[in-house]
Amino acid sequence: MGANLPWFSKNAAALGAVALSVGVLAACSSSSSSSSAVSTTSSGAASGSSSAPITIGASLSLTGDFSTDGQAFQKGYNLWVKDVNAAGGILGRQVKLTVLDDKSDPNQVVTNYQTLINSDHVDLTFGPFSSLLTGPASAVAARNGYAFVEGAGGAPSVFDTPSNQADHNTFDVSLPVAEELMPFVSYIQSLGPAKDKTLTAAFPSADDPFASPPVQLAEAKLKALGVQVVYSKVFPEESSSYKPQADNVAAKKPDIVVLGSTDVPTVAAFMSEFAQDHFTPKMFIAAAGPDQGAAFTKAVGAGNATGMMVPNGWYPSYNNAESQKMVSEYVQQYGGSASGVNADVAEAYAVGQVVQQAITANGSVDNAKIISYLHSGVTLQTVQGTVKFDSLGENSSAAAFVFQWQNNGSKYVQVLPTGGVSVPIIATKPAWAR
Amino acid sequence: MAREITQAIVNGILVGGVYALMAVGLTLIFGVLDIINIAQGVLVILGAYLSYSLFTKAGIDPFLGLLITIPAMFIIGVVIHWAFISRLRGGERTSMTLLVTYAVALIIEGILFKIYGADNVQISPKYVNSSVHILGFYVGWVYIWGFILAVALVAVVYVLLYRTRFGRSVRAVMQDETAARLVGISVNRVAAFTFGIGVAVTAAGGVVFGATNAFNANSGYDLISRLLSIVILGGLGSVGGALGASVFMLTMESVVTIWQPTWAVAVYYAALVIVLVYRPTGLFGRKAVRAQ
Repeated sequence: MGANLPWFSKNAAALGAVALSVGVLAACSSSSSSSSAVSTTSSGAASGSSSAPITIGASLSLTGDFSTDGQAFQKGYNLWVKDVNAAGGILGRQVKLTVLDDKSDPNQVVTNYQTLINSDHVDLTFGPFSSLLTGPASAVAARNGYAFVEGAGGAPSVFDTPSNQADHNTFDVSLPVAEELMPFVSYIQSLGPAKDKTLTAAFPSADDPFASPPVQLAEAKLKALGVQVVYSKVFPEESSSYKPQADNVAAKKPDIVVLGSTDVPTVAAFMSEFAQDHFTPKMFIAAAGPDQGAAFTKAVGAGNATGMMVPNGWYPSYNNAESQKMVSEYVQQYGGSASGVNADVAEAYAVGQVVQQAITANGSVDNAKIISYLHSGVTLQTVQGTVKFDSLGENSSAAAFVFQWQNNGSKYVQVLPTGGVSVPIIATKPAWAR
Repeated sequence: MAREITQAIVNGILVGGVYALMAVGLTLIFGVLDIINIAQGVLVILGAYLSYSLFTKAGIDPFLGLLITIPAMFIIGVVIHWAFISRLRGGERTSMTLLVTYAVALIIEGILFKIYGADNVQISPKYVNSSVHILGFYVGWVYIWGFILAVALVAVVYVLLYRTRFGRSVRAVMQDETAARLVGISVNRVAAFTFGIGVAVTAAGGVVFGATNAFNANSGYDLISRLLSIVILGGLGSVGGALGASVFMLTMESVVTIWQPTWAVAVYYAALVIVLVYRPTGLFGRKAVRAQ
């Protein structure tokens, strides 16, 4: 214990470096750890070549920074597996899903897909959560000739990878993220030129492939519309504190805040600091966070959620029969209310639906045939609406919506684009509730 | 610009207080036990969850709840020491404690996930977003209380170490364990109590962190690298150094953020490396601590 500690007095700096490295490794979600939690959804199918289950492998962030999303994704995958197996499987074969925990780490996700493909020899792979992890994971799938259908890797960087450019194996069933803020831009444009003063806007964004592209595009478009940009800075995704960034934004008192966030804690921190600064922007839209249903309102307080906006391609009351069935099943299985269902659930479920239609159309689980089929221009049906892939695997038919929390945080409704089933937008966010 | 810089410095000092609350236990445990407690970040989150539960289930104010959570965390610390740390022996003990405390972190994280799920929560008493207007900008009361709590806790730990009989025992063990045994000090008891105190003060860090950040069971991993860098900069084993280094780190990050947020972390770590090159024991390294 405390004896003479000669090693310490001689090597304090070295110890510091070692300790720091261990800490950093731990902070990076333990990429060195080999302990991947495995959960299997058993199919109960009899073994045998013709009736053997279709094995599907996925890596998800069950722990780590993306654990809230990762666990929601797992529920979506599991729900799809349950529905498929209850309906007799695909081509008469039950589905068996293996999920490995990547701890939200881009290195671990590569290891996991190598394990799933080269060791477990799964028939098919489903994507992980986040663009940050989908990029490196899709490269593993491409090297092994696997189709890589995913629901949460919509950043341009995912499709611009050399592996996807060469093999065209990645398919995102969700809305491409770069243009997800366009309905909001159109809304600002529809307001016309301000009579009394120029609209001002702030664009703080996390340094993340998912968060930055839509914010940068929205900034360019709004600037072209005459909106005055008073703050535009990128901050590290994992900051010691978001207080300095939020205070700097609040000091500029912009009418609009477009936050490039990746999760609930980032949005919650900005909201809390704005409240302390007695600053309420007229419009506050975040790239991610408010879309996480009850997970968002629980963290920020339902009252504060009112007026918060988020772009997405799906919402729990989406007017789609399959979506409503899925939401009903979700609530039945996991509890809670329909408005609290995380959009990740639908993204995951849609992955399964796309793969299911591809297998059924081809009559096999051959990955080359699936890739070819998905690139054929066919339009597929999912809980998120129609899916049609362009040459790079982006969903060219996805509709972009903007959602807003209303009614004291109890309702999550589509407000943009206007018309159809959309609800009138709360144009001026009410003051913070606490 | 002057107002922005002033605000950044005030922010850095106050948020530094929050980090000091989380780092004091880490440096105390290392100072006495030569244990780099990788579980410190998760223990902060455990403290935050205890306060969250008392607040949401029993309506107990998070700061008043420290009267419950600090003793509870002390007991948890003593149990962890008894169950895991005290059983390690031999020359590889220090390196083994890295692995063991990491295992403790995984166990606690797993239990917290099981109980609370993956959704983020935040401790939100009514006053959490209240603030005071000074020097031309607003400062959140929760940060002010957190900083006062940090200074008070550092003072209490200092008095405990340097003005009490128990503190003399602790310092004797720090200086020479064998000699301490020879003069009748129960080294095991001192070690257990010190580990318990180190974990107990973490409860205070947890409540302020939980009131200023949304968190879930995994949030501790983001903290541990920063806490380690703070105690290394402050000097491993130096309680006051933890406070000084926390304020230094957060102030530097806060000021750099005015111009370029993405540089903030890099500038801090560059400063850390420079300090270690010229002063390997940190700003208040162990020799200085023992000379107090």
